[in-house]
Amino acid sequence: MEVTEAVAIDHGLKKEEFSKICELLKRTPNLTELAIFSAMWNEHCSYKSSRKHLKKMHTKGKQVIQGPGENAGVIDIGDDDAIVFKIESHNHPSFIEPYQGAATGVGGIMRDVFTMGARPIANLNSIHFGSPQHKKTRNLLRGVVKGIGGYGNCIGVPTIAGQTTFDESYNGNILVNAMTLGLVNKNKIFYSKAAGLDKPVIYVGSKTGRDGIHGASMASATFDDKIEEKKPTVQVGDPFTEKLLLEACLELMADNSIIAIQDMGAAGLTSSSVEMASKGNLGIELNLSEVPCREEKMTPYEIMLSESQERMLIVLEKGKEEHAKKIFDKWNLDFAVIGKTTNSKKIELIFDNKKVAEIPIDLLAENAPIYDRPWKKIKLPQKLKFDKDEFKSLKLSDCLKKILSNSNISDKKWIWDQYDHTVMGDTIQKPGGDAGVVRVHGTNKAVAASVDSSALYCFSHPLTGGKQIVCESYRNLISVGAKPVAITNCLNFGNPEKEKNMGEFVECVEGITEASKYLDFPVVSGNVSFYNETKDKGIKPTPTIGGVGLISDYQQMLTMDFKTEGNLVYVIGKTDGHLDQSIFARELLNEKKGPPPTVNLFNEKNIGETVLDLARKNLIVSCHDVSLGGILIAVSKMCIKGKKGIKINTLKGLTNKYEYFFGEDQARYIVEIPKASLKKVNDILTKYSVHFDELGTVNGQSIEYKDDINLPIEELADAHKYWLKKYMDS
Amino acid sequence: MRSSVIIFPGSNCDRDMDVALKKFGFINQMVWHNDQSIPKSDLIVLPGGFSYGDYLRCGSIASKSKIIRSVIDFANSGGLVLGICNGFQILTETGLLNGILQQNKFLNFICSNVYVKVKDKQNKYFKDLKKDILELHIAHNEGNYFCSDDELKSLEDNSQIAVTYCGVDGKENEITNPNGAIKNIAGIFNKNKNVLGMMPHPERMIDKYLSGEDGSLFFKNILDNFK
Repeated sequence: MEVTEAVAIDHGLKKEEFSKICELLKRTPNLTELAIFSAMWNEHCSYKSSRKHLKKMHTKGKQVIQGPGENAGVIDIGDDDAIVFKIESHNHPSFIEPYQGAATGVGGIMRDVFTMGARPIANLNSIHFGSPQHKKTRNLLRGVVKGIGGYGNCIGVPTIAGQTTFDESYNGNILVNAMTLGLVNKNKIFYSKAAGLDKPVIYVGSKTGRDGIHGASMASATFDDKIEEKKPTVQVGDPFTEKLLLEACLELMADNSIIAIQDMGAAGLTSSSVEMASKGNLGIELNLSEVPCREEKMTPYEIMLSESQERMLIVLEKGKEEHAKKIFDKWNLDFAVIGKTTNSKKIELIFDNKKVAEIPIDLLAENAPIYDRPWKKIKLPQKLKFDKDEFKSLKLSDCLKKILSNSNISDKKWIWDQYDHTVMGDTIQKPGGDAGVVRVHGTNKAVAASVDSSALYCFSHPLTGGKQIVCESYRNLISVGAKPVAITNCLNFGNPEKEKNMGEFVECVEGITEASKYLDFPVVSGNVSFYNETKDKGIKPTPTIGGVGLISDYQQMLTMDFKTEGNLVYVIGKTDGHLDQSIFARELLNEKKGPPPTVNLFNEKNIGETVLDLARKNLIVSCHDVSLGGILIAVSKMCIKGKKGIKINTLKGLTNKYEYFFGEDQARYIVEIPKASLKKVNDILTKYSVHFDELGTVNGQSIEYKDDINLPIEELADAHKYWLKKYMDS
Repeated sequence: MRSSVIIFPGSNCDRDMDVALKKFGFINQMVWHNDQSIPKSDLIVLPGGFSYGDYLRCGSIASKSKIIRSVIDFANSGGLVLGICNGFQILTETGLLNGILQQNKFLNFICSNVYVKVKDKQNKYFKDLKKDILELHIAHNEGNYFCSDDELKSLEDNSQIAVTYCGVDGKENEITNPNGAIKNIAGIFNKNKNVLGMMPHPERMIDKYLSGEDGSLFFKNILDNFK
C-alpha cells in the first residue's frame, strides 16, 4: 500500500504531522513506519497536549524514590521497603466492551507495577457511569465490575477500595481508572532504561495476536455512532497468563540478569522497544520473524501494533539467556530472543531477512510533537443566594434519608462483594471505609490507599476542584490514621482541541499542583485520558487522585464505625454551611449552579496534622472525614457502620440547621473521643488553634436531634445500603 | 505435625495457607505441581486460587496434574487431605469427594464473611472443637455445591456433611445460603473423613485485625487432634 496523506489521516495523524514526519525522515515512510509514528505520536503515548502542563507538577519529596516517567512511581516507607504505585485509565475500551476493557485495564496497571520488581499487594478502582436512567448504564456497570473482579480475583491481589459515581455526562463515555500498589525492596527496583551494546532483547509472556491493533489511537479519538465497529481494537485479557508472568518475572528478578524491563502496554512492541532504547540513548534492532505469534502470516505492521496482553520486553545481561529461559519454561510461557541493543540510535526492524523499517529513535520520542493548545480560563461562579424560607418545608429526616440513598452516596457493597478483598491475608480495612488498608506483610507497618474525584466541583470551577480532590485524598488517608505520602493521578478530560476542555485540564492541573505542593503530597505517577467525548458531548472534567499513606504501627489504624456508647463526638474544622454544588442543593432544591466550597490549604494541613496527632496519641477511637453530603451524612455512616446511634446536641449559635448539617465545607473530620481522653484532646485542639464543635454523644440505636430527627439506625441503613442492589436487580 | 501445600500454576492462596499453617506450628513445605512425589506429610493442603486458570472447568485440569496421583494415593492410605475453595473443586474433580461445584446462584463472585455450622465432630478436623458455629470467609464464583439425590442421601447417612452455611444463630435457610448450595452445604468429607473439602477460607481469619479469628480455632484443632 502506498503511503499518502490520506493513509496517514486514517491512522489518526494530522496533515501537518504527516508533513513533519516526511520532513524529519527526509522521505515518505513505508506503511510499517507510518504505523509506528502513529502509535508513538498519538495523544495516549506522546502526551502532546498535556506535557507542557504536566511539567509543572510537584513531583519531588523526601520519600520519593521515583517520580513520573517510569512504569510507576516509587516511595520509600522505611526499612528498605518501598511502595510502587500508579493509576491508569481504560475508558475507551471499557465503553466499547465493558468486561474485557475493564479486565485488561486492571491487568495493564498490575504489569506496570510488577515490571518494577514489586509484588502487587492491593488494587483500587475509580469507575464512573452515566445517569442510572440511561439505557446502557446497568449493563456497563455489570460488565465493568465483572471485568475488574474477573482479572484481579484470579491474580490473587485484593481490591481494597474504590469509588463509583453516576452522572449524565458519562452517558456516552464511562470512565474506568485502575490503580495498583506493589511492595519492593528499595535496593531491587527495576527500570526501563536500556544500557550496554549488543545486549539480547527478550520477548516473554503470551503470543502476539491481532487483538488491540490501533488500541492507542482509538484511545486518542472521540467516539461517534460507529463505535461498535471498534470492538476489534479492544484487547482480550488472560489473567491466568498474567499470574504466571508475574511469578516468572519476580523469580528472574531475584538475581541480576535483567538490565531493563518494560511491559507491552499501549502500542505494544512499538512503544516498549522505543521507550527502552530512548531512555538508554541507544538503538534497537528487532527481528520480527522471531516474535511468537498466535496467528499465521502476521505482518510486521500487525506485530508492531498488536496490543495483545500479558507480554514483556526485557534487555538481558549477555549469557543469561539460558538461565532466564529455564524460568519461563517452568511457568510455561513463551520466551524468545528477538533482537539486540545497538549504537545506531535507530529502531531497525527485520522481517524475513529484509529490513522493513528504520527510524531514528529521537524522531519518535523527543521529536514527537508538543502542542501548546489554546485554553480558556474559567471564572469562579457567583455564590447563590438561597431562599432559606423555602427550606422550612423540608423535614430534616426526609432530607437525610433521601441523600443517603442518592446514587452517589449510597453504599457500594454490591460492587465490592464481587472483588476478592481479603486474599493475601493482610487486608485490615476493607472497602467501604475512608481508605483501604493492607499490612506490609510480616511487619508492623500498613499502607493506606484511597481513590477520589469530584467532577461536579471541577466542572463548576476547575482550579478549586483540582485543589479539593487532593485535599479529599489527604483527609481520607488521615481518617484511617495514615500519614499521607504521595499521589498518583488519572486525568480524565474531554477533547483538548476545544478551548473550554483544555482550560478545564490546565486549571485542574494547576489546582492539583498547588495543593500537592502545600501539603507536601507529591505526584509520583499518572496518566492522561483526553477525548472522552461522544458526538461532541464531553465528560465533566474528572481528575482522579489515588493517594497513598503510611501507618507505622497498624494497631493505630482508625475506622469510622462508632465504638462505645457514651463517647463524645466532635466535628473538627469550621462549618460555614456552603450549600452551592452540594448534594443537598442538587437533590432537594434542584439547584446545580454556584461555586464549589472554598479550599483553604492552611486549614487543611493544620487540621489534618491535628487529627493525625490525636490518632498517634490514641486519643480518638473512630474518625471519618466530612465530604459529600455534609455532617449529617458523615455521622449517619458512622452510626450505620458501628450499629450505634447518636444524640446530637442543641448547637449554640447555629444560624441555619440545613446549612450546618448539609453544607460541604472542606477540612473537616468527625471524631469519637472516650471521656477519659477529653481533656487531652481539648488541649491539643487548643494548641493547634483548631475550631471544633461538640456535636453529640454516641447513644442508643437512633440518630436524634431535638424534635427534628429521631430515626432508628436500621431505617437509615435500609435507605443507605440497598439502592444499588435494587437498581441492579430491577 | 508436617504439612505440604501443593502449588498449581494459578494457585493464589498458597502463601496465605503457608503463613497460617506455620503460625500455628505446622512444619510446612511447598510442593510444585510438576513434582512426582510429596515429602513426608501428615496433612496435604490443596489451596485456593484458579489452578490452570480454571479453564475447561474449575479444578478439572489440576485433577489430572502430575502431583495429583500422589495426593490420591496419600488420601487412599488414610492421610489427611484438605482442599479449600479451588482445592475443594479439585477434590471433587479427582473423585475423592462426591458432587460438583457449580456457578453461584446469583451468578456473581462473592467475597464475604459467612457463618458455618459444624455438622460432624467425629473426625480429625473438628473433634472437640469448642464452637459449633464458626465465622469464616468465602471468596468464590463457583461454590454452589450440587450432587445427585443418591449421593446426598449417602452423604447424610454417613455424616459426611462437614459444614453448612447458616446465620449467626445457626439457622440454615435460603437467606443464609450465599451461593445456592444444596442443603446449604459448605464442605464435605469422603467416607473415611480423612479428606475434607470446603469453600470457606480459614486461613483468612487468623488474627483479630483480619475479618475474624475463627480460622485459628480450625487450625489449632487439627493440631490438637494430632497430638
